[in-house]
Amino acid sequence: MSELDSLYREVILDHYKNPRGHGVIDGPDAEAEGQNPLCGDEVSIAVSFEGDTIADVKFQGRGCAISQAATSMLMDMVKGRSAEEVASMSREELLDEVGIPLTPVRLKCALLGLGVLKLALHKGRGTPLPEEWAGLEELELS
Amino acid sequence: MAVTAQPRLDAERIRADFPIFEQEIHGKPLAYLDSANSSQKPRPVLDALRTFYETSYANVHRAVYELGLRSDAAYDGARQKAGAFINAETTAEVVFTRNATEGLNLIAYGWGLDNLGPGDLVLVTELEHHSNFVPWQYIAHRTGADFAAIPIDENGELRLEALDELESRGRVKLVACGFVSNSLGTVNPLERLAAWAHERDAVLVVDAAQAAPHRPVDVQALECDFLAFTGHKMCGPTGIGVVWGRRELLERMSPFELGGEMIRKVTVERTTWNELPHKFEAGTPPIAQAVGLGAAIDYLTGVGLEAIERHEAELTSYAWGRLSEVPGLILYGPSPERRAGIVSFNLEGIHPHDVAQVVDSEGVAVRAGHHCNQPLMTSLGLSATTRASFYLYTLPEEIDRLVDGLHRARKLFS
Repeated sequence: MSELDSLYREVILDHYKNPRGHGVIDGPDAEAEGQNPLCGDEVSIAVSFEGDTIADVKFQGRGCAISQAATSMLMDMVKGRSAEEVASMSREELLDEVGIPLTPVRLKCALLGLGVLKLALHKGRGTPLPEEWAGLEELELS
Repeated sequence: MAVTAQPRLDAERIRADFPIFEQEIHGKPLAYLDSANSSQKPRPVLDALRTFYETSYANVHRAVYELGLRSDAAYDGARQKAGAFINAETTAEVVFTRNATEGLNLIAYGWGLDNLGPGDLVLVTELEHHSNFVPWQYIAHRTGADFAAIPIDENGELRLEALDELESRGRVKLVACGFVSNSLGTVNPLERLAAWAHERDAVLVVDAAQAAPHRPVDVQALECDFLAFTGHKMCGPTGIGVVWGRRELLERMSPFELGGEMIRKVTVERTTWNELPHKFEAGTPPIAQAVGLGAAIDYLTGVGLEAIERHEAELTSYAWGRLSEVPGLILYGPSPERRAGIVSFNLEGIHPHDVAQVVDSEGVAVRAGHHCNQPLMTSLGLSATTRASFYLYTLPEEIDRLVDGLHRARKLFS
């Protein structure tokens, strides 16, 4: 299998073309959005809780096959788990599921959704932010 | 028969000057279609860097020994070349910076902080690279000035008729505009903007990062007030750029960075600034990089900027035709004759990142993303494009290989 075929393996293309958990939640308990500043990939995620459990989670976004497929896989992985558990979920757990060789640039694409989800959980449940999301400040000019 | 010297270049021969093309990428010859991002380097530039370090290197402007004098001569010689390259009246107006971004920040801080305030209006364009957008947005905010962007039309060209309406927002003090758009290749009507700005006593800042490597740039003919460009996009090393400014403006400006070299006299009570251009060059400058830029200027002028411009115009027109044949491909920006050697496009249903990844497997290097042009992407309703850009070493066959790669991407994602 060529390098290209292993990157764009069937399951990735399937999640890209038919994303799971794609859409919006009416009146979500928490939501967040994020961009990959390198390439402009965008993902927004909404979560609703039942107690501490993630009852529903949905995403919307524009981006490459890797970022959108990885976020789609993430939706399947986190539904029904506790906010605490998902907030401490390792990147490796997601990357194992994605299961393709990634260069450092594409790694950022694959991990965008996980970062945004953890940001939403932080906002909604006060769970810790992952390191790469700490200290973000906005220059709000208007 | 009339004899007209139509300058032409031999891209195959030029290519042999660039060692990077002697290798294969993924088992294929390298098709480097990302020169708008950064250019490759010819042997004369690499040799100049090495020879300078091996024979003439010392710090500049402070040594009395022989090596220091050689280094001074090389560094000042590079400044002469940079000044002549853009037809500056004097090298006092030619300041070395780290890159175009630093040059534009130098103007924004050095001129903007002292000359802008409430009631003033700073105008940029929707086409601007973030480096000629964000510094002005920030300095306008710091000084209380208003900030607006000249919009573009559906062809990616500036809508100058919008200027009248924009003007009603405040006293126009500064217009910042790129010479050539880094995403769309649009060549902007700088003469008209210069005239419009000067009628209002405003200054015109030109970002020439995408023009200086590819076409003749003449600051006097452009009638601009400031102009910035960078070495690494024009066959030179990274870490060296140039900002040019009108002498009377530079003389009245505050320094940007402070420290050694930029001073005349320092006491505990007060410090006075050095003469131009040293007032704006604090600390040890990028000496060897300036020498490398000088060698790059020699190389480009040896080939001829008119010949480079013409070669790229032919490639652009060829690429426009070939890309138009690809089903589902959308091209952005003006028609080929109204743009420089930059082509941005999208393949329906495939993100630019994926397009770039697929063509990379064919040895073709293109840029994918927002190209530091987020306001432009927003205006076009996009998050990203794929961009191919050409230079003096680009061959039509490389464009063919890009097109083959695009067909492969379509097949993979079908």
